[in-house]
Amino acid sequence: MSEMTYRDAINLALKEEMRRDSSVVVFGEDVALYEGAFKVTRGLLSEFGEERVRDCPISENTIVGVAVGAAMGGLRPVAELMTVNFALLAMDQIVNHMAKVRYMFGGQTSAPLVIRMPGGGGSQLGAQHSQSLESYFMHCPGMHIAYPATPADAKGLLKTAIRDDNPVIFLEHELLYNSRGEVPDDPEFLVPFGRAAVLREGTAVTLVGYGRMSILCLQAAALLEKDGISCEVIDLRTLSPLDTESFIGSVQKTGRALVVEECWQSAGLGGDIAARIYEGCFDRLLAPVKRISGLDVPMPYSRKIEKLCIPQTDGIVQGVRELLTAPY
Amino acid sequence: MDDSLKLKGLLPDAELLRFYEQMVLCREFEESCAEQYAKGEITGFLHLYSGQEAVAVGCTAALESRDYILSAYRDHAQAIVRGADPKRVMAELFGRATGICKGKGGSMHLFSPEHNFMGGYAIVGGQFPIAVGLSYAASMRKEDRVTACFFGDGSMNQGTFHESLNWARLWDLPVLFICENNFYGIGTEVHRASAEVMLHRRTCGYDIPSEKVDGMDVIAVYQATKRAAAWVRERQRPYFIEAVTYRFRGHSMADPAKYRSSAEHEVWKSRDPIPNLGRRLVAEGIIDEAGIEEILKRCTTQVEEAVRFASESPWPRDEEIWEDIYV
Repeated sequence: MSEMTYRDAINLALKEEMRRDSSVVVFGEDVALYEGAFKVTRGLLSEFGEERVRDCPISENTIVGVAVGAAMGGLRPVAELMTVNFALLAMDQIVNHMAKVRYMFGGQTSAPLVIRMPGGGGSQLGAQHSQSLESYFMHCPGMHIAYPATPADAKGLLKTAIRDDNPVIFLEHELLYNSRGEVPDDPEFLVPFGRAAVLREGTAVTLVGYGRMSILCLQAAALLEKDGISCEVIDLRTLSPLDTESFIGSVQKTGRALVVEECWQSAGLGGDIAARIYEGCFDRLLAPVKRISGLDVPMPYSRKIEKLCIPQTDGIVQGVRELLTAPY
Repeated sequence: MDDSLKLKGLLPDAELLRFYEQMVLCREFEESCAEQYAKGEITGFLHLYSGQEAVAVGCTAALESRDYILSAYRDHAQAIVRGADPKRVMAELFGRATGICKGKGGSMHLFSPEHNFMGGYAIVGGQFPIAVGLSYAASMRKEDRVTACFFGDGSMNQGTFHESLNWARLWDLPVLFICENNFYGIGTEVHRASAEVMLHRRTCGYDIPSEKVDGMDVIAVYQATKRAAAWVRERQRPYFIEAVTYRFRGHSMADPAKYRSSAEHEVWKSRDPIPNLGRRLVAEGIIDEAGIEEILKRCTTQVEEAVRFASESPWPRDEEIWEDIYV
């Protein structure tokens, strides 16, 4: 084990996989010479050279399309979109091509690629740079989606993503880059897709999160413990495949569920998870499933009001209290 | 077609006859598709290639079999000329399990990796970045492949066209961009969609050399592509060909093409690449009229067999819905 940041864990995963497999290539805007807008690709150019680590023009749709073509042609590209917000420019290649080539060509090809996308709100970057678009991706079959919460998972999930023969959207939270944690040194350390992590066991309420939201859930659970309220925290790790059994199993035990999503609530993944809980264990519920979500507004700049739009630890604490006191 | 040019000796007779037969096969295939569509055997969108055969045949003949080919949604001819079995292509259009993509792709999404036919793409301009990516992979893997990317005039107004040409030149990738300018993006004529109507001139912003060729003349297309492919292969840089052509049918089966005058249509019909080549082959004694008839008969038989194969093929199993989404 080594202690490192989420950023360095991603960097390490990239380096290990590039050392292991010469077909892994990295490209994106400012990933080579500039070493990434968030410095995630630091040291890659110097170690692997400009053939395998390349800067791209600002052409997001084509970045994804080139990755699709390169993957169909035998490489394992890890492309970076500077932020998830720019993925909207690439939705044609993501949804119409990346997620479709295998199916519509009758299984005769595959697109083993990873698109890394830093994202999330909370840095006063305004409406166009603070979005959480995970539900957009989750709506579309044909690709996997990972969203690590911890440095260890950042490493293990990215390595799994790179070895996956399917296209993977790899979401990284910008506010987690400096978070620290123990990370296994083993270059074969892989975190499997479709298996959620129980970050904390508990009995009274199940908190379901992903990415940075899982960290907030952990913080809320620690605060609630002081009042004798025992929360189980489920970190989804991958949104596709979704480990439905993990949270249904937990809710069967606790009888209460609070889903924390950073994205907008309307037609968001929280609603989907709530529906799965209702379908899976309605008879075990002691209260309606509660959602804490990003507010359905474009993100304002001012930090005073921005934080009102993003789930916060105290909001989760309050949500749990409401769940426990609900008159059902 | 340049009638002053002698065909004899330009290429082996067998090669010239192969061009002719491939064009006839494509035409017969497409016209048969129209019949099957009218009967309701083929459903969905159906974009026929009739009129444009010289482009697919001439270009494909000039490429190596290891070279990649990508196309848009008007893709039957490209796949068949590349070697895809017409039976399996027809079965795909019929939506049958024996189809080239198991009946999951349909007319617009043919794919045949063993022929390096890397797909028909139905989002206008969607194939550009994928072609660049395939070319990048081939280049990294030292495979010595040219990637030939076919597209229509309409797609040149998509962002991906500009992004991909810029990228291909920036990374110096061996991509041969082949514009099939049939003058219409559905019903919108080139001059109503492109500020520069000389389409091949639009590559100057990306430092990619280009040329225009008569897309109704299979020999001209072949020669231009042969030169271009050699240039691309040698220099490992992209090149652009605009093949000026015409589709004899509407954009799709849903389009009666009322936006075109019959006079215009007649002019282009007189330039039909198939009878024009046939006439010259006969005039130069490379084949006789009976031989021409025999080729037609061979092609119609092949297409009839394809229709029979398709109609007798089983439908996909219900479980197939869930297969091939993930590896």
